[in-house]
Amino acid sequence: MISYILRRLAATVPVLFTVAVMVFLMLRLTPGDPAAIIAGDNATTQQILDIRTKLGLEEPILQQFFIWLGSILRGDLGESFFFRKTVFELISERIEPTLSLAFLTIVLAVVIAIPLGVLAAYRQGTWIDRVVMGFSVIGFSVPVFVIGYLLIYIFAIKLGWFPVQGYQRISGGVFPWFRSLVLPAFTLSVIYIALIARMTRTSVLEVLSEDYIRTARAKGQTEVKVLFQHALKNAAVPIVTVVGIGVALLIGGVVVTESVYSIPGLGRLTVDAVLARDFPVIQAIILAFSFVYVLINLIVDLSYTIFDPRIRY
Amino acid sequence: MKSVKMSRRTVVAGAAAAGALAGASGASAQGAANVLRVVMHSDLRIIDPIWTTAYIVRNHGYMIYDTLFALDSKGQVQPQMVDRYTVSDDKLTYTFTLRDGLMWHDNQPVTTADIIPSIRRWAARDPLGQTVMGFIASMDAKDPKTFEIKLKEATGLLIFALGKPSSNVPFMMPKRVAETDPQTQITEFVGSGPFMFVRDEWRPGDRAVYAKFQGYRPRSEPASGLAGGKVAKVDRVEWRVITDQQQAINALQAGEIDLIEAPSHDLLPLLKADRNVKLHNWNVLGNQYTLRFNHTTAPFNNPKIRQAALYALNQEDFLKATIGDPEYYKVCKAMFVCGSPLETLAGMEDKLESNFAKARQLLQEAGYAREPVVLLHSTDLQVLTNLAPVAKQLFERAGFVVDMQSMDWQTVVARRVKRDPPTQGGWSAMLTSWVAADILNPVMAGFFNASGDRAAFGWPNDPEIEALRARFARAGSEAEQKQIAEAVQRRVAEAPTHIHLGQWYQPGAHRSNISGWLEAPAPVFWNIEKGRGA
Repeated sequence: MISYILRRLAATVPVLFTVAVMVFLMLRLTPGDPAAIIAGDNATTQQILDIRTKLGLEEPILQQFFIWLGSILRGDLGESFFFRKTVFELISERIEPTLSLAFLTIVLAVVIAIPLGVLAAYRQGTWIDRVVMGFSVIGFSVPVFVIGYLLIYIFAIKLGWFPVQGYQRISGGVFPWFRSLVLPAFTLSVIYIALIARMTRTSVLEVLSEDYIRTARAKGQTEVKVLFQHALKNAAVPIVTVVGIGVALLIGGVVVTESVYSIPGLGRLTVDAVLARDFPVIQAIILAFSFVYVLINLIVDLSYTIFDPRIRY
Repeated sequence: MKSVKMSRRTVVAGAAAAGALAGASGASAQGAANVLRVVMHSDLRIIDPIWTTAYIVRNHGYMIYDTLFALDSKGQVQPQMVDRYTVSDDKLTYTFTLRDGLMWHDNQPVTTADIIPSIRRWAARDPLGQTVMGFIASMDAKDPKTFEIKLKEATGLLIFALGKPSSNVPFMMPKRVAETDPQTQITEFVGSGPFMFVRDEWRPGDRAVYAKFQGYRPRSEPASGLAGGKVAKVDRVEWRVITDQQQAINALQAGEIDLIEAPSHDLLPLLKADRNVKLHNWNVLGNQYTLRFNHTTAPFNNPKIRQAALYALNQEDFLKATIGDPEYYKVCKAMFVCGSPLETLAGMEDKLESNFAKARQLLQEAGYAREPVVLLHSTDLQVLTNLAPVAKQLFERAGFVVDMQSMDWQTVVARRVKRDPPTQGGWSAMLTSWVAADILNPVMAGFFNASGDRAAFGWPNDPEIEALRARFARAGSEAEQKQIAEAVQRRVAEAPTHIHLGQWYQPGAHRSNISGWLEAPAPVFWNIEKGRGA
């Protein structure tokens, strides 16, 4: 097992190197000049050129790449072109809101979707099944920002239960923190609830016709025990895979949700950095996201052994 | 029966939770009593207002720094940090005395030893500053409160330049900060203005925070524009970043923020309908839409073809398409802005009327060979998005061939400084907007600089305009300045450097318990009071 984990971790190096090369090249090929943006609208051509020189953008691209790669290998993510802060500092400042949002979203999605999926499978063909699947279709189809604006209109503007926007740090109290995240987390979780509920229903349906379920029922087990102890556990592998993919997809959802709710997290930092062509920040965030993606896949693979002891690495 | 009980319990629990949440909201609002929560037009990322010309950084500068002179609401330059000044009879020696009680935020007194390097650093970056420095023979501190500027030859620009209202503003900084290389950003943010920058709470992408500087001693005159007594009437100003315009408005209506600097024009009807919100046109001079030519490449390297464009366009179409509501725009053929001392129609009387017959005639006379006009179209800034399609349509009606290329604003910004031919990533024309306070005369307005390679993007080369600008810098009286400004405008009407496409206004929005927002070329937060309620 340990050698498997080490091999998988070693495999991340070429993946991350490829990502690094691609990101670096794509950014340099994208139109837009950070120096012109920094200099402002009234800047002269000379002022812009001075800033380009200062940022090292006048150096040959290959030289820029190796300087950056060297820094990354030394653990230095570089300094933002704009903020006069290191990229590490910026990411550290922004990671809490994003982790909080991702955590609550996944918790909400799992807590709501799995019982719904199990229920839909158990009541297959009934109105309950149809309602759950109908919700699932809506969850897939309606864009995140539409759900966001609807929730804001109802729960923040009309009812005033939650703030319209913004994020409260957890250091300011758990309740304000939670309150500021309810609407964004629910907005973001809708699509995952749809995805996980659907997958849970399908997987549970498959195992419900298995002999061991019949045996469990014959032994007099309650339906709750049959569903959640026997059926769900055996259906867990595909569900965990979907949850894992969901966590990875969350990165994209976080960008939109953080923008709608003005949450100063990594998603917003990414958008701001892309709009401003802040190359060091974009490069570092994409590398970080790639690493997280690879890591989540590894964790998901390892989790299979918990749900299905027959799986060995 | 059981299920009814359950649902009642659920309802009660839900109501209790909602009450608790609403209570939390109220508590938060109470805590924010003397904190002004503002959404600015952009995020504050760079904090050196001399190093960049970005308006958000200029606005930051007005929070924490002070200026020697400042523009009042009537457009007159008034002493600000300066108590009094004298000018010698030959108009070559200016002696300035700083007023009493000026303090830096680190509680050190402001002295003339700070002022002179501040002027030097500003002048090294700012085009108007560079022009003025060309006239200056020496700057000397006579004592901690008195300094003297000696000129090589007289100019009417010195005092105006020291009170320049918009980017780059000559903000005063402590000597150790002002001595930073002008090409390098400063790293210490100590000013002598009415608010202090709370650097520890600055989180780019989230908020910038300013606290009232208790040691600030305002002038005794009432606040007027950027001049007069800068009295901070709130303890804290927080610039919150809300990038989504609709969300900013939702937050304002919900009372989560107090003020929006620049709400989108298409959302103004929502705000007008809300009795808890008021709109305020804080920048009465407004802004000016502008079409800039690339003078280095065909077709606009031919002055007659540029003049044909001037005949082809009209302002109303651009203003209607972008601003819409006539309350917030004005057709104005004065290049130095309607409502300013240099307002004139000279040379423009028959232009900007969409006279397509005249435009076609000029194109024929100029031998226009149907070279495509590569028109840069910015798609992501609401106030600019509709300009290029209108220009395309009007140009085509006049007989131009137009290749409109759409891209985000930051790509336009990068593209417009490229001097390559349009077929190799260059451009022929682009549209932008100027803050009126930046274009009040031909020396400060960047697009009138017609010095070829040293000019702003577009690079016009017109010795006649340059000679007029040099004369303007030497002009000793307002009457002479006006006469030269008219001559500049006439020359531009013959051989346009750019085309002005009308004035527009950007109202701000605030909760109805906010009062005292000054009318000025930049949004400033002294004098603003936050009352109870709303």
